[in-house]
Amino acid sequence: MSTIPAHDIDNTGDVPGKRAALVLGHTDFHQVTNTICRPNETRKPPMAWYIMFGISMLLVMNLGFVVHYLIFTGVGVWGLNNPVMWAFDITNFVFWVGIGHAGTLISAILFLFRQKWRTGINRFAEAMTIFAVICAGLFPGIHVGRVWLAYWLFPIPNQMAMWPQFRSPLLWDVFAVSTYFTVSLLFWYVGLVPDLATMRDRAKGKVQQMAYGLFSLGWRGSNRHWHRYERAYLLLAALSTPLVLSVHSVVSFDFATSQLPGWHTTIFPPYFVAGAIFSGFAMVVTLAVPARELFGLKNLITLRHLDNMNKVILVTGCMVGYAYGMEFFIAWYSGALYEKFAFMNRAFGQYAWAYWIMVSCNVITPQLFWFKKVRTSIPLMFILSLFVNVGMWFERFVIIVTSLANDFLPSSWDRFVPTWVDIGTMLGAFGLFGVLFLLFCRFLPMIAIAEVKGVMPQADPHWEGWHQSHGAGSNPAAAHSAQGDNS
Amino acid sequence: MSRFLFPRWSNALLPFVLIVGAIAPLYVSLLVAYGFSPKTLDGQYQPEQPVPYSHALHVGKLGLDCRYCHNTVETASHAAVPPTQTCMNCHTQIHKDSPRLVKVRESYETGMPIEWIKVHKLGDYAYFNHAAHVTRGVSCVECHGRVDQMEVVHRAQPLAMGWCLDCHRNPVDHVRPPEEVFALWKPTDTWTKDERLELIKKNDIHPNDYCSTCHR
Repeated sequence: MSTIPAHDIDNTGDVPGKRAALVLGHTDFHQVTNTICRPNETRKPPMAWYIMFGISMLLVMNLGFVVHYLIFTGVGVWGLNNPVMWAFDITNFVFWVGIGHAGTLISAILFLFRQKWRTGINRFAEAMTIFAVICAGLFPGIHVGRVWLAYWLFPIPNQMAMWPQFRSPLLWDVFAVSTYFTVSLLFWYVGLVPDLATMRDRAKGKVQQMAYGLFSLGWRGSNRHWHRYERAYLLLAALSTPLVLSVHSVVSFDFATSQLPGWHTTIFPPYFVAGAIFSGFAMVVTLAVPARELFGLKNLITLRHLDNMNKVILVTGCMVGYAYGMEFFIAWYSGALYEKFAFMNRAFGQYAWAYWIMVSCNVITPQLFWFKKVRTSIPLMFILSLFVNVGMWFERFVIIVTSLANDFLPSSWDRFVPTWVDIGTMLGAFGLFGVLFLLFCRFLPMIAIAEVKGVMPQADPHWEGWHQSHGAGSNPAAAHSAQGDNS
Repeated sequence: MSRFLFPRWSNALLPFVLIVGAIAPLYVSLLVAYGFSPKTLDGQYQPEQPVPYSHALHVGKLGLDCRYCHNTVETASHAAVPPTQTCMNCHTQIHKDSPRLVKVRESYETGMPIEWIKVHKLGDYAYFNHAAHVTRGVSCVECHGRVDQMEVVHRAQPLAMGWCLDCHRNPVDHVRPPEEVFALWKPTDTWTKDERLELIKKNDIHPNDYCSTCHR
């Protein structure tokens, strides 16, 4: 197995009339398969993997503890009070749901728009989506207090003749998020099937063969398989596309349909969607940078991929900044006393520090991505993406907590201070995400093997390069193109 | 290396997997709808009481009025369970040496009440008011069944929230003139629908189904 030296070749420039290479260094398909499968097939993952996994696992154990403590004691162990009845729980929920959106955008919308660079990052962006939605789903589940009655969230006929309130966005949220999870999982899994078959065929151990074999659903790579696969994938992409917009719109309705100043805003759906994609792409960069470094994927997740993602972060960051500005403008323009107060209070009230963290991380620092030097600098983009993650977490905190803490009636104002259980649950969700993601890195191909081959020049049936690399006629594709049946 | 594939016979398992997957949501729904109902969980709950008191004898045969023992039913939310003194009003004269009444006599002498076991038990978050129902013409039988035919009282109705709401939303089959509430036959046998609708109007019956009607 020959390894391809990983170096940061700059493929970010564009030469007119020529497509920029998205796969560097690999001269044939087999090398690509080898590179992608290596992290799954080595006996031992890198030491950094063990360290990260250990930390994440500790956080998951902590999550198990705080969640049990919460269930056995009651939601009073959180720092909630009246009027701040939502704080870290819903902040974390919205944060994690938002993270997922980049995965769906990459896998569905970029697919439909034929953005070929998506193939390098779509697999683990989709995995990130699924794990983020799992983390998100945890919070509404535990914040109901009596978790054994969480099934009341769903409209199931019952002896109480009791139904969820169909006019409430909280119920739409249940539908939106569960649909999102189902479709994302299906999409991810369908994309995985050919690669799982590759893993099965390469596997040495019986257990691996059985496991990959079971989940690859008997894929043998026949023409008919590929035909149906492409159809299914296209249909799922079409199904997922509206979800990119709808899920976070519905999440924003949880706030926007209420009458609370600071929540009651028509800009919320597009603002939330832009914020979701913003935070999601930042998370993809945060994960991609160390992953490509650790697992030797630099030639497949190239600087060009990262550069493109940073451009998306810049654009959506500007949208989010515009939304922040517009909220203030509308607060002033509406002339509504409470609205004006809500926003002045946000920027200069008791949570001003959180507001300015949010503005600095979401609006100011991403502006550095205007410079190509920053967009293509690995350390800088990693730091900036971390800033965006922090900023977007604070955005949800600011929206939720500042609006609730200082509502219409000064006599009911209060201050939310998180308890150790709040913080433990938040960190625990990160741990859960980390464990799931690290297991994914270890056991599943991080890059869509079959798809990424499709963006190589070798995938073009008329590609003539086989002659140079292998000698004429050594490959059926070459033989095929040699006949030159172009008509 | 030869390609690993599952043997052909394993294809036969696929339909089962799909059927189970397809039925699972339906199964969960039915489990919640029927499995979680008091009809299933409690059934016709019939505990053995400390004293073999027969409603069938006292009410059905001897014609005792419900209110003779459960005397607060028309004025209070709670229908009282009688003290031993009520039993002894008669049983100092009748069957005064019966071995079935040992516990009653014991209780009468010591002053310790008989520990009757509650059959019709609601959740402590549900506030049922007997007076509100009885004085407007909802008979005992609607919830307690034909107690006058029960040797040992059992739960005749599920007492589920959905069952309460059925009547609250459509009371027409469950009302009768208030003076007849202690008669334990079906109101639909005696009064026509028009008469019952008239009663609803006359007695100003408009049951709510707000949460706070019962959960205060």
